[in-house]
Amino acid sequence: MTKQVPQSEIRIEGLTGDAAIAHALKQCDIDVLSAYPITPQTIIVEDFQKFAADGEVKTRVIPVESEHSALSACVGASALGARVATASASAGLALMWEILYCAASMRQPIVLAVANRALSAPINIHNDWSDTYGARDSGFIQLYCQSCQEAYDTTIMAFKIAEDHRVLLPVMVCIDGFILSHNVERVEMLPDKAVQDFVGVRVPYQVLDPDNPITMGPLCLTDYYFEFKEQQDRAMKAVPEVYKAVEAEFKEMTGRSYGVVEKYMTDDADIIVFTHSTPAGTAKAVVNAMREKGEKVGLLRLKMFRPFPAEQVREAVKKAKAVAVFEKCMSFGAPSNPLALELRTALYDLEKKPMVTDFVIGLGGRDVPPTTIVDGIEKTKKYLQERSAPMYETLGVRK
Amino acid sequence: MAVSLKDMLKKESILSSGHRLCAGCAAPTVVKLMGMALRGPTVVCEATGCLEVATTIYPFTAWKIPWIHVAFENAAAVASGVYEAFQAMKAKGRTKYEHLDVVAIGGDGATFDIGFGALSGALERGHDFVYMVYDNGAYQNTGIQRSGATLTGQETTTSWAGKVEPGKLQRKKPISEIVAAHKIPYVATVTPYHYRDFVTKFRKALEVEGPAFIHAFSPCPRGWRSETGKTMELARLAVETGVHPLYEIINGEEYVMSAPSKSLKELKPLDDFMKPQGQFKHLYRPEWESFRLKIQEQITADWELLKKKCGV
Ligand SMILES: Cc1ncc(C[n+]2csc(CCOP(=O)(O)OP(=O)(O)O)c2C)c(N)n1
Ligand code: SF4
Repeated sequence: MTKQVPQSEIRIEGLTGDAAIAHALKQCDIDVLSAYPITPQTIIVEDFQKFAADGEVKTRVIPVESEHSALSACVGASALGARVATASASAGLALMWEILYCAASMRQPIVLAVANRALSAPINIHNDWSDTYGARDSGFIQLYCQSCQEAYDTTIMAFKIAEDHRVLLPVMVCIDGFILSHNVERVEMLPDKAVQDFVGVRVPYQVLDPDNPITMGPLCLTDYYFEFKEQQDRAMKAVPEVYKAVEAEFKEMTGRSYGVVEKYMTDDADIIVFTHSTPAGTAKAVVNAMREKGEKVGLLRLKMFRPFPAEQVREAVKKAKAVAVFEKCMSFGAPSNPLALELRTALYDLEKKPMVTDFVIGLGGRDVPPTTIVDGIEKTKKYLQERSAPMYETLGVRK
Repeated sequence: MAVSLKDMLKKESILSSGHRLCAGCAAPTVVKLMGMALRGPTVVCEATGCLEVATTIYPFTAWKIPWIHVAFENAAAVASGVYEAFQAMKAKGRTKYEHLDVVAIGGDGATFDIGFGALSGALERGHDFVYMVYDNGAYQNTGIQRSGATLTGQETTTSWAGKVEPGKLQRKKPISEIVAAHKIPYVATVTPYHYRDFVTKFRKALEVEGPAFIHAFSPCPRGWRSETGKTMELARLAVETGVHPLYEIINGEEYVMSAPSKSLKELKPLDDFMKPQGQFKHLYRPEWESFRLKIQEQITADWELLKKKCGV
């Protein structure tokens, strides 16, 4: 049974999001970490290498020559039954792309921390979600965090979710580059023992074992490939249930939980802001301010983008007049953008649907001040009156 | 370690019959010889290519030892992961094995070209594993395209012998020497014809501490347009004509000529190797005569240089 950790055993530190993740990885007693530097993820690996250099972890760190090899080494290590993690962002994640699919399809429960960053060109080191959204169909579970505390907590929970035999899928734990990765916040850290008891030791399902040899990653043609994909899809479908159980246990230990979506004043809201990561924090402040003025706005913060919790999202927004999506990614040539596409699909079967507006914000680290959110809400009000809205538009950009 | 034929034959093959490699393909022989050298327990990490696709068509497998394939360019990186995971789990008391040999295998394309970065990285990091390339001189799995290992004058579907070009124009990448330049403890060239030399060297590669590299010559009747019964003869001729001389490089510096090459009084003419193969047929047209002679000159010069390095 998981017990609540007494307050006296909790250490409070000021940590960046990257450092919080590094500490979580340390406490999860991972066996292998293999990574390649890229801003703004670098600190995770630097901090972890420091732990290794000081003998504070029993992890083998593989300082590979590329992200492609980083994830390849993770797959190899995981195939032997090890608990494995890596971290990346942007171009690094793009270079991993081929192996993302291998890791997921080979059902390796690797944890990949991503400090979300824009993709080239032009080269830009700042935050948006183009990198992980681009990998949304790779078969990774995707969890997005709003705070450094949440980054720490989510990393710990990620291993337990990934390694569950009903799941066996890799997880991306995503934080906004610089906004979280480099920003120091108050983080409550659990004692090592509590984390270790919580995550346990990985019990692999199938491993490369000379006494019981198996062939992993074979060629598989038209006669069986589809069945593999069917099973993979089933594993994805099992994620929400496992996630819920893991979070419940985590809550017993810490009092904290996040849910696959977080509802903030949505019950009676006419307009619901739908977003995730740090813009959700900004949106909360906007909701508070607008509520004081008597405006019925709310926020639905998405935590889990993959698998997409369509039902919870639908339930949470179905009574609203409009949902205003704020997303940091563009899907060039698509009717709208990834987050809005998901939402619209989730709502399609409703007889009475809220209007959906889609605002692309913050590309390449463009600041997203509260006024940007307000701007989107005001536009949405106008579109409600006009009974028509564009499929999407950009906010905060010179036209 | 000297290997006796009797001991070799006692070992159970690591590859079953029923794999789907072409008749006459040298790759399964290369793998079986490797198997005879293994001390075990062993994990094999393979790159995409003929050997991979033909031995593991789901739901069947020809492999009797643990084997993993992830992608085309990452066998060395996967092996790094396997090796380090074993070290970590051993330190934490989570494996029943005292020791694990890790072997990575790639075709020439996977090794000379696309996977070269991963190979170089793994060598530089010094993981204790053996990397073996089975070199059939082209991307055979995708239909005989040129690779960094393709010989000068060789015709492939991306280095055609046409009206103005005589097959591949460039030299073959000297992979063993490039690998040895990483100053790893052991590099050796082998062929499946010289089986005792092969097994002995592979065992040495396993026994040294740190990375080792085995460059196995691997005739491909399909791509080379050679008779299926001539595979072993072509492997022998590759040594006797200097196309694939047999030697070792110790610690990146010391060159040692192996007996089959050392015992050659002089090289046989390159024609002996080329003529039985359709992929060199065009070189015997009059317009490519001088080009062919140039290739011969190059091979001879390379051989003289190698002899010098080996002190013979
Ligand atoms: C990234 C990537 N590019 C291309 C391919 C297609 N491909 C599969 S095997 C192969 C060639 C393999 O050649 P080689 O390594 O020489 O082995 P062989 O098939 O000759 O044994 C290619 C190009 C691939 N699988 N992955
Ligand atoms: S194409 Fe060549 S290398 Fe591939 S299986 Fe056939 S003979 Fe072997």
